[in-house]
Amino acid sequence: MIWVGVILAGGVGAVLRFLLDGAVARRAAKSLPFAGLPFGTLAVNISGAAVLGFLGALTLDRYAALLAGTAFVGSYTTFSTWMLETQRLSEERQVRNAVANIVASVVLGIGAALVGQWAGSLL
Amino acid sequence: MGSILPNKLREHSLQRKGFRRVASSASPRDYRELAAVFVGGALGTVARTGLSLLATADAARWPWPTFTVNIVGAFMLGYFTTRLLERLPLSSYRRPLLGTGVCGGLTTFSTMQVETLKMIEHHHYGLAIGYTCASIVLGLLAVHLASALVRRAAVR
Repeated sequence: MIWVGVILAGGVGAVLRFLLDGAVARRAAKSLPFAGLPFGTLAVNISGAAVLGFLGALTLDRYAALLAGTAFVGSYTTFSTWMLETQRLSEERQVRNAVANIVASVVLGIGAALVGQWAGSLL
Repeated sequence: MGSILPNKLREHSLQRKGFRRVASSASPRDYRELAAVFVGGALGTVARTGLSLLATADAARWPWPTFTVNIVGAFMLGYFTTRLLERLPLSSYRRPLLGTGVCGGLTTFSTMQVETLKMIEHHHYGLAIGYTCASIVLGLLAVHLASALVRRAAVR
């Protein structure tokens, strides 16, 4: 029965990622500096790290943590697209953007998880 | 006509490199595309969640489940993207299903970051740095190898 929940949470997480990535990427292409950086994936991954940090600080039972954290937020964020976009940037000789994409994701990702955890501990 | 052609060509070349989605994802919203993302995401998530249950989270140990799905998923995405965008006719549903759905659902960034944060909080600094660096280096290598494999196979 828990697997029905995992299927639904994973599907919804992926659809949300697809929609937010598309919306951010369309806007960021025109307005932000560092043109060429994949801001859609960055936005999804940073927000997801914050939410997972937040959930981790709450005292959820095992199944709630599995559904909300592992299945939903895990599916919402993506490692593979981050790697693909970075590799394609370096292939295009945009080495500065490739390095920026890695550094920004790691630094902001850890920071967001920390902030989320802190916010969750206040509840 | 002459003036829009270069733009169209450029857009097409960006699509082939995996930077741009196929134009169908603009408006009106294609619900079959969303359904493909949903199904693929559910499949990837079931595989990742199943694997995550095999090991208990421990900030002192290498997180093999997350590490494994991330590297395998990066390889698969490199393979699918290169094959679908550079070698096969453009399809509206294969990329959302296999790339955005399966590979996106199988791999996870948030879990990796929270695992790294726990390592830092428990003063396992070497493990945190090693885990982050190994994930990135092997993830990039996996995409590179998968892409090279598809491109080389297609030359023959």
